[in-house]
Amino acid sequence: MSEPIFLTIDDTVVSVEPEATILQAATRIGIRIPTMCYHKATTSCAICRLCVVEVEGSRALIPSCVASAGPGMVVHTRTARVERVRRTILEMLASSIDLSEAPELQAHMRDYSVDITRYSGCQRRCPPILDDNPMYIRDYAKCVLCWRCVQVCAEDAQYTYAINFSGRGFETLISTFYDRPIMESTCVFCGQCLGVCPTNALKPKREWLLEQGQSLDEIIETTRIEKRTCMSRLADPSSEPERKQP
Amino acid sequence: MITPDRMTRTTCPYCGVGCTLDLHARDDYIYKVTSPFDAVSNHGNLCVKGRFGYDFVYNRARVLTPLIRVKRQQPGSRAQAFNLDEWRSISWDEALDHITNRLTEISRRSGADSLAFYGCAKATNEDNFLLQKMARALFRTNNIDHCTRLCHAGSVVALQKALGSSAMSNTAAEVIENDVFIITGSNTAETHPIIAIQMKAAVRKYGAKLIVVDPRRIEMVKEATMWLALKPGTDVALFSAMAHVILKEKLYNEAFIRARTQNFEAFAESMEKFTPAFAEEVSGVPVDQIVQAARLYARAKNGAIYWTLGISQSSHGTDNALSIIHLALLTGHIGRRGTGLNPLRGQNNVQGTSDAGVMPWHYPGYQPVDSDVSAEKFEKAWRIESGGLSRRRGLTTTEIISAAATGEVRSLYIMGENPMMSEPNLNHTHELMKELEFIVAQDLFINESGAFADVFLPSCSWAEKDGTFTNTDRRVQRVRKAIEPRGKSRPDWSIICDLAQRIEKHRERNGASAYWGYSHSEEILREMGRLVPEYAGVTYARIETTGLQTPVLDENHPGTPVLFTDTFPSGRATFHPLQYIPSAELVDAEYSLILTTGRVLEHWHGGTMTRHGRLDELYPEALVEVHPGDAARLGVKDGQAVHVASRRGTVCLRARVTDKTTPGVVFIPFFSVEASANTLTIDVLDPYARIPEYKICAVRMTAASEEDLPHPHVKAERGRW
Repeated sequence: MSEPIFLTIDDTVVSVEPEATILQAATRIGIRIPTMCYHKATTSCAICRLCVVEVEGSRALIPSCVASAGPGMVVHTRTARVERVRRTILEMLASSIDLSEAPELQAHMRDYSVDITRYSGCQRRCPPILDDNPMYIRDYAKCVLCWRCVQVCAEDAQYTYAINFSGRGFETLISTFYDRPIMESTCVFCGQCLGVCPTNALKPKREWLLEQGQSLDEIIETTRIEKRTCMSRLADPSSEPERKQP
Repeated sequence: MITPDRMTRTTCPYCGVGCTLDLHARDDYIYKVTSPFDAVSNHGNLCVKGRFGYDFVYNRARVLTPLIRVKRQQPGSRAQAFNLDEWRSISWDEALDHITNRLTEISRRSGADSLAFYGCAKATNEDNFLLQKMARALFRTNNIDHCTRLCHAGSVVALQKALGSSAMSNTAAEVIENDVFIITGSNTAETHPIIAIQMKAAVRKYGAKLIVVDPRRIEMVKEATMWLALKPGTDVALFSAMAHVILKEKLYNEAFIRARTQNFEAFAESMEKFTPAFAEEVSGVPVDQIVQAARLYARAKNGAIYWTLGISQSSHGTDNALSIIHLALLTGHIGRRGTGLNPLRGQNNVQGTSDAGVMPWHYPGYQPVDSDVSAEKFEKAWRIESGGLSRRRGLTTTEIISAAATGEVRSLYIMGENPMMSEPNLNHTHELMKELEFIVAQDLFINESGAFADVFLPSCSWAEKDGTFTNTDRRVQRVRKAIEPRGKSRPDWSIICDLAQRIEKHRERNGASAYWGYSHSEEILREMGRLVPEYAGVTYARIETTGLQTPVLDENHPGTPVLFTDTFPSGRATFHPLQYIPSAELVDAEYSLILTTGRVLEHWHGGTMTRHGRLDELYPEALVEVHPGDAARLGVKDGQAVHVASRRGTVCLRARVTDKTTPGVVFIPFFSVEASANTLTIDVLDPYARIPEYKICAVRMTAASEEDLPHPHVKAERGRW
């Protein structure tokens, strides 16, 4: 094993193994850095910039989820500059995306005194809810493009590659190839994407139907199998004259 | 946004991987399933069944009260009853008293072995332990078996012959430590999806080389360095040829063979005839592929083999498994981390059900029934007079049904199995089932087997009860009650306790009770731990957060991730000389295609669970896969309705023309009752393991019209790999 390195985070000296990130080093001594695209089950890719910190001697702010801790590094996790950046990111997200079902982001917004009216009047992103399969719905009006769903669909878990970014800039969305319905994609319905979605943009169909006010009976009623009457019979041509009925 | 009023951590009820689930429920409705990212088997990942496949719990067809037939059934004229108007609701008291009277009467009249019991690899260790206790302690019969006979019996018998053990030697997650691994007879991506993604990571992230030996171009072939597309049923020839190469090129591990095995010389001599040229002729796999695969595996640092039912479901399943085991013994790829012989177990608790003694030849913990030592141990534990327990080996799953024809078995108690979907040659099996005098079914739904019953007892699903499952890598994990039992349904163990107490009272045993007063499932596991050394140290408290891998020999034992590190249970491992025996039914001019059967990702076995939920919308109909070359020859187009016929039956279903299968081989999954693959399969058995040959029989395929399909309006909306 290589020698541990020492760095200073918010005036506290911490020792970590050389491969550790600044985020890991901070977590070790109980300093909470807000994150959004970071997830312990996915490869960190520093898309959201919410976890930026100030490192002495560095011109730009550093994304702590990917930046390695360096020996002798002096890190400040909550300077005025850092606060302003984080607040602005959250205010911009809140101006165009439905964050009502993102409890962690809601907590960050409270923590950073976010003014959700700062960019009021901005165009909101509200693509229609995609209800194209029996298992889950996709409500991309809630999507913050953290990329975690794409990662677990690919090398971080499933190796299925059913989804990726499509479009540019404000029009960027998560989509299947050529925006085909999920049923026509390579999706295997493992739902790893649901497991890592931070904003409930991806949701089991059952949960969604329940939210729509459907009763348990109504949800069960929509299961197609109920409508089949003779499924439980062995297909034996000689003994089952009624087998062709739906 | 819905917040759960109850969150329950439990274990998935589908395959043997043993994924950890968090069930989110509100008002007793499970609306969402997640998995913790620190879960030991699945690291937060799930498959479609684990994540979405639980709505069967709420299906309206689920039976929620005890039922009895309106019309009393007679042997010979017994008929299936699917409609509720053929049944009458009764109270639990009435149902259990009726069963008590009938079973004891039949047992008295026709002898102890006139009763037979099917345990359930979906149910908990506790449920199964009690079922075998009831069969043995009260009815004095060893006629109790479960679906392991139909899935891994060949592997289990072979592992017992060679090593004295019958489980995966290593932990599934160790696959990332393999540098070369073989998958054979396993469509891992569909049957063990979470192990498959770990295998994909092993190849793509950790640089392992994968050799797939399978007659189908399964999804894992995409990841493979080599794909050996053998003809179904030629496994012994192929793997023995690999052994031949390893012997001839002196690639074997001489130190390992000398220190840890026996019978090497006789075995080596029997491998002489398995030249790669012979194997090519038999299996269709080119010589150089066989040689390369043998070298690759033998030269690996950490080689491992993963297999499932393509190996064992054969009339020579035991030999197939032995031919694989030999490769590991020759090369010493066993007894260390990152190596091993790994039969992936299918059911969530097939390992546990076997461990719990739902086996006709074994008490819990594989203690033989025909040994006085083990019988006396159980007689003492259950306060039975000396010599009271039967020393006679019981009948196996398939033999039980056959014995109905001869009148040897008169009554059947089915706990959560569906032999009327899972037995081979179903038309024949149906006829046999009609001969029985009295049948009890204990299940969630009136499935094809329950429809034959006289009394139906509604049991709870896994979400409504406490207990433990033992997964494929021998890890005993908790199952926890997440919702209240639906209707009047009850946990299997509690039904058995109630019934057993009535039977014991009825039979007026002299004072001593085998004990049925369990207040909680944990009490049952403790009793099992006292009788099974491998479970001695397993308590609910110890497996509260993470399961323990058996053997767990005492309360301080840490569990055993890797088996055979120092010695084999039989001391030395034994090589067995092998002969190549062709499959029982070969193709001919009339039946020119080989049928092989198996599963698809979206469905579970006979479909009792998955066909009662939305999973059925993802995969609504069984398709027969046929190679483009054969399809062209037969004039069959993709999506067209076809008849597939064997000497035993005919089914009608749509064809899927795909090079996922190889020329001359067609594939039908067995989940669909409308086109049940087991109508076609042959009921010939392996001589040692008594497992049927599901994977190979001869069929013919002819074009049919849309109207011949059982459900012409149902059409799969999507195709997948």
